Amino acid sequence: MMLMGLYNYWIVVVLMMIGFYIVIAHGNLIKKIVGLTIFQTSVFIFYISTAKVDGGTAPILVEGINQYSNPLPHVLILTAIVVGIATTALGLALAVRIKEAYGSIEEQEIQKKDNQSC
Amino acid sequence: MGIAVAIVRMKDLVAVIMLAGIYGLLSASFFVAMDAVDVAFTEASVGAGISSLLMLVAITMTGRSEHPTRHKPVLALVVVVITGALLIYGTLDMPYFGSADAPIHGHVAPRYINDSMQEIGVPNIVTSVLASYRAFDTFGEVVVIFTAGIGVLTLLSVVRLPEDVTKSYSLNDSMYEQQLILRIVTKMLIPFILLFALYVQFHGEYGPGGGFQAGVIFAAAIILYAMVFGLRTSRRVINQPFIQLAAAMGVLFYGSIGLVSLLNGGNFLDYSVLNADPIAGQHLGILLIELGVGCTVASVMLIIFFNFAGRREVQQNRRDKETK
Amino acid sequence: MLAHLPILQVIVPLLAAPLCLILRRSSLVWLFSLIISGIAFLISISLLQQIMASGTIVYELGGWDAPWGIEYRIDKLNAFVLLIISAVSTVVLLAAQTSIEKELPKDKHTLFYVLYLLSLSGMLGIVSSGDVFNVFVFLEISSLSAYALIALGEDRRALWASFQYLIMGTIGATFILIGIGLMYQMTGTLNLDDLSRRLPEVAHTRTVFSAFAFVIVGICLKLALFPLHLWLPNAYAYAPSIVTAFLAATATKVAIYLLIRFTFSVFGLSFSFTTLPLQILFMVLGLLGIFVASTAAIYQKNVKHLFAYSSIAQIGYMIVGFSTSTVTGLTATLLHVFNHALMKSALFLALGAVMYRIGSVQLSQFQGLGRQMPFTMAAIVIGGLSLIGVPLTVGFVSKWYLLMALVENGWWLVAVLILLSSLLTIIYVWRIFEVAYFKPPLLETEGIKEAPISFLIPIWILVMANIYFGIDTRLSVQVAQAASQSLFGVAP
Repeated sequence: MMLMGLYNYWIVVVLMMIGFYIVIAHGNLIKKIVGLTIFQTSVFIFYISTAKVDGGTAPILVEGINQYSNPLPHVLILTAIVVGIATTALGLALAVRIKEAYGSIEEQEIQKKDNQSC
Repeated sequence: MGIAVAIVRMKDLVAVIMLAGIYGLLSASFFVAMDAVDVAFTEASVGAGISSLLMLVAITMTGRSEHPTRHKPVLALVVVVITGALLIYGTLDMPYFGSADAPIHGHVAPRYINDSMQEIGVPNIVTSVLASYRAFDTFGEVVVIFTAGIGVLTLLSVVRLPEDVTKSYSLNDSMYEQQLILRIVTKMLIPFILLFALYVQFHGEYGPGGGFQAGVIFAAAIILYAMVFGLRTSRRVINQPFIQLAAAMGVLFYGSIGLVSLLNGGNFLDYSVLNADPIAGQHLGILLIELGVGCTVASVMLIIFFNFAGRREVQQNRRDKETK
Repeated sequence: MLAHLPILQVIVPLLAAPLCLILRRSSLVWLFSLIISGIAFLISISLLQQIMASGTIVYELGGWDAPWGIEYRIDKLNAFVLLIISAVSTVVLLAAQTSIEKELPKDKHTLFYVLYLLSLSGMLGIVSSGDVFNVFVFLEISSLSAYALIALGEDRRALWASFQYLIMGTIGATFILIGIGLMYQMTGTLNLDDLSRRLPEVAHTRTVFSAFAFVIVGICLKLALFPLHLWLPNAYAYAPSIVTAFLAATATKVAIYLLIRFTFSVFGLSFSFTTLPLQILFMVLGLLGIFVASTAAIYQKNVKHLFAYSSIAQIGYMIVGFSTSTVTGLTATLLHVFNHALMKSALFLALGAVMYRIGSVQLSQFQGLGRQMPFTMAAIVIGGLSLIGVPLTVGFVSKWYLLMALVENGWWLVAVLILLSSLLTIIYVWRIFEVAYFKPPLLETEGIKEAPISFLIPIWILVMANIYFGIDTRLSVQVAQAASQSLFGVAP
């Protein structure tokens, strides 16, 4: 029973951690941002999973249906998606500027160049 | 999940971004299965659409391949495993998936489901929560996107030389000159996309949709135009100061509705006082703030896109001069 | 209108930001931002007065009652932090125009003020809000604008610092989001006050435990608590001077506020400190932070770097005070939040003045500045004394309370260590004195004049505040004590 009841969340956790791993382990800035996107999207999936009610339908009121999924997480995630795209856009803009300034978007090379100029 | 693993392994960034886009689409379809239609709509347009597009434009400027990492990221793996384990540990006491008696479905949510029809009179509960019960969050969200627009503007904007001095390049020169069919099809499509955007904008009360999604679609139409007809032509249609103004106006519009309700004797963003009939007031309020949202979102998306593309144009010009 | 003050506090700067974009003219925008920030400051004074007189103010947004709608709940703690943020912001803005003209290209001026106001309103929003998800949204407003502000720095390293901050900050925010999700999952509510009532019922579950862990780790990332501080030094060192002065005095304070709010109000004292070994953990991390960062500060060549590391050490003091989990300890933390904001904004503004005149803040360039810029250097000296904790400065007051709290708990060893750490502070502050006063001026900085008056006025306002609140401690101590008593549920 426990396996059936929770496996959905566990898959989401694994997805989140893959995203998180990309963010901290990879040196390429664009890839870091992709990782961040995956990390955040997985959190969204987690929220939305919690909202599901067995036998419920989408929370748009219709005559004759009285079992709806929880609308609140949906609202929160709508907001969070917007926050996510805002962060992505800003991060990419920074990456572009870093490429212009350093000629590279690899973490190690940037750090090497900084140490030289110090 | 296979996609996520592939992303870790891939070195070619174009493929990575494509896969990330597919991941976005897949999660959108998962959201549909989970009854979150509004969220699915947004995720499809954002996760699979706008963010992939931005990433692709960005890598044209930053190079497309990733260098192999030299060190073994053991530490990173340890951190990730600990975090993951903590989360799994946390899920152990969680109510089972889909169970209707979980605490999350009690307490706050039932009022939205049971009373929102009487209190607000809008069938789409997500819209009523988003635009009325938690309208201030949505206001915050609009400000977040506005902030991102301003941030990208500060980072990437370039002082433009007079048009005739710099020979402007369009994003897709070859397409601009040759693809006649594509141009005609695009010309025919764009009015429909814009119309669809307006439909989504005003239909949000009854079905999935609303200001945010409409804004994204609206921006997508113009971005499509820019891609096919070149940046220069599209800049003639919509110029920079104008979209900046529009972005600012959207936020101000939303805020001023809040202030109007303040002056009418209610609290900030209390729409019930906008009209003698509270339900009509709620309707009016939701309609108006969705307009503000749509306005800001569309213009910020355009600000972001034009600045990325404009930066690229400048880089290309510079490179051309160097080769000459 | 008085009833609407809590929302106006946040909304006024928030709506002023897009208005700035419409005004466009840089000098006009500066004046406008200054006035707006001043209004926010007046509102926060009035709020604090109301609250000290009549207790917590609750404001329901959209007219929906909590927990269905979002509410603003302002008690003594929030009001105190609001006052600090808006006061610092106003004083720092006084110097902004002069400094920005020198450090930023002309076409970025207006955008700078827009971002500045957004960042300010984001922080005010975090502090005022009584709803966890709303806190997250405003956290993102303030962080996104902070990333962009930092990236405005002239040095290319500013970009890299900003990117690192963006990655760390977003991870932190996502952790907080996960924590919020888990809490919501177990209680069905997002309202802070409501959470604090419903969490005890489910406090024993593993889900609540990991929710707590995620929220705290997320906040600590934002807080730059040792060992999660790596993003901070570069971000502060390469940002434009005004931005450093503003963020150093406010951003970490907001994070401290969140930490206090979550551990004390939301999860509750008994859960936070008895179920978990949090006391020891925070005490050790705080002490380690103090020693590692102070030692690192001694070896810095760039004075902005030096004070950035000193900021991490000061966060350590706040955390040690927090870890005692007594009324006195928390009072010490809150006092230090207030005092450190005064010190660091004065110091970083003075560095901004140095930057304005000689275009660099390398320690080697400071030679002979004691004679050439006497007022600016005197301000740095007083700020430094305050950092050390010399009597008659604000630094003394908070250290005194911190020591009292430690002794009260019987933590003698920690008290001795805190005293020892002041020696390290003396060393790094002394290095600046030495270079500035006892070495002859460099050839290249010959003929440097005192900073312009638009710098000196805000710097000396802050320095005077450093001394004034060091002597007349009634206001700050009274408010901090009342705030911490109310958190412990002790009747004042």
